[in-house]
Amino acid sequence: MKKIRKSNIAGEILFLLGIIILWQIFYVAGVDGLGIWKAYAMPSPVGVWNSFVEMMKQGTLLAAIGNSILRGAIGYILSLIIGAVIGILINHFSFLHRNLRPLIMGIQTLPSICWVPFSILWFGLTQTAIIFVVIMGSAFSMAIAVDNAILNVPPIYKKAALTMGANQKQIYWKVIFPASLPELISGMKQGWSFAWRALMSGEVMTTSIGLGQTLMTGRNLADINQVMLVMVVIVVVGILIDQVVFYNVEKRVLKKRGL
Amino acid sequence: MALILENVGKTFENTGQATLKNINLEIQPGEFLCVVGKSGCGKSTLLNLIAGLEAPTEGRILLNGKEVKGPGSERTVMFQEHALFPWLNVIQNIKFGMKINGVPKEEQEIRAEKYLKMMQLEQYKDYAIHQLSGGMRQRVALARAFTMDSDILLMDEPFSALDKQTSNHLRKELQDIWMQTHKTIFFITHSVEEAVYLGDKVVVMSGENGGIRNIVPINLERPRHVYDEEFIAYRHKILEEIQGGDY
Repeated sequence: MKKIRKSNIAGEILFLLGIIILWQIFYVAGVDGLGIWKAYAMPSPVGVWNSFVEMMKQGTLLAAIGNSILRGAIGYILSLIIGAVIGILINHFSFLHRNLRPLIMGIQTLPSICWVPFSILWFGLTQTAIIFVVIMGSAFSMAIAVDNAILNVPPIYKKAALTMGANQKQIYWKVIFPASLPELISGMKQGWSFAWRALMSGEVMTTSIGLGQTLMTGRNLADINQVMLVMVVIVVVGILIDQVVFYNVEKRVLKKRGL
Repeated sequence: MALILENVGKTFENTGQATLKNINLEIQPGEFLCVVGKSGCGKSTLLNLIAGLEAPTEGRILLNGKEVKGPGSERTVMFQEHALFPWLNVIQNIKFGMKINGVPKEEQEIRAEKYLKMMQLEQYKDYAIHQLSGGMRQRVALARAFTMDSDILLMDEPFSALDKQTSNHLRKELQDIWMQTHKTIFFITHSVEEAVYLGDKVVVMSGENGGIRNIVPINLERPRHVYDEEFIAYRHKILEEIQGGDY
């Protein structure tokens, strides 16, 4: 079993290179050779690379990445806080658990882009509008994750702590919180992916500098290579944050418990 | 000063039938009391009532003259499953109870060392819980319970999930610790042998009417040996009580 799960970075890079080379061959054959596709509608690896070099020179790409990450982080941290508060409340009060939880789960199914019109009417074409969309996109998934994580704490841990004299506050901080940590982290990870998607929904609708806005600029300029470049960057940043931030935290927590 | 149960009864709302009825019991300080009975006779319910994890529907429970209302550190429970926290290592688990009760750091060290030594756990104190065998985990749970310095320790079949050899070994260790500490212990078991081995008194619960059938004092010197004639006689006597004479 272990062998299958072992990652092979060199192999993955080679595979990816193969796809890029194939893509370039298809592009040359289809656009330049047979003329099936129009050059303005078909990106190519070389074109994307040129776009990358150009945007790095101008500094627009890094500015866009920086702005998006910052905005995403602010929105994400706010939705963690809001989600945690809602999650703890619906867990603690059975009235809320019965009535509010189904409603939240319903709202959670709403694609975050649906919040964009609402957000623009409330906040205009501003940073706040985008952050609002991020929060609406990920806070509710966080709330449900927190509620589930607490529900899944084995009751025996609470019983043991109670008969050792723990009070309610200690039960929450010294038992429920650490006991639910592995599940909380996977909830946070999922929350991040919701936040990142919501961020892009918000950014394509507004004019603040960011990856989403750069994507739309590419469309307006009919620059398919820029559009493709930004899409690649969105994927890469998303994966990097998942791997660098969450993967390591998760691994450390699970390893300690022998999971 | 002692633990006193006065006419304690418990009826669960969903069943409507009395699990426990008219329980009158007194446990003196330093006494090791074992409770046996068929499964379903309400012995675990009795422990939960004393622990304060459930409330009696009749009568009252007094510890040192004060009525029991809810769980507390003066009545620490050791469960059948080890109930250790997997996010803490051995020594952190042992200190958990003392920590939340604000026991001073030096005192925590002293008590933890004492029971680590008694339970032969010294070399394992930095181990993660998942690295320990079932028997080792229950040893850690024993150490944690003893460091609490409770007025009474409540043990809910603590060795019954272990294999016979390990459980025999642990009950011998518990006997040794008890001979050194003379803690007040309320011990639930389904094993008559275990009850006779450990207890000053064995309370036999009756399955039918939710009460106590008999309380048998065990007048045997410690350390006890399961093959002694007298030991075997006690075993038979209690088994007969449990079976209601048709044994």
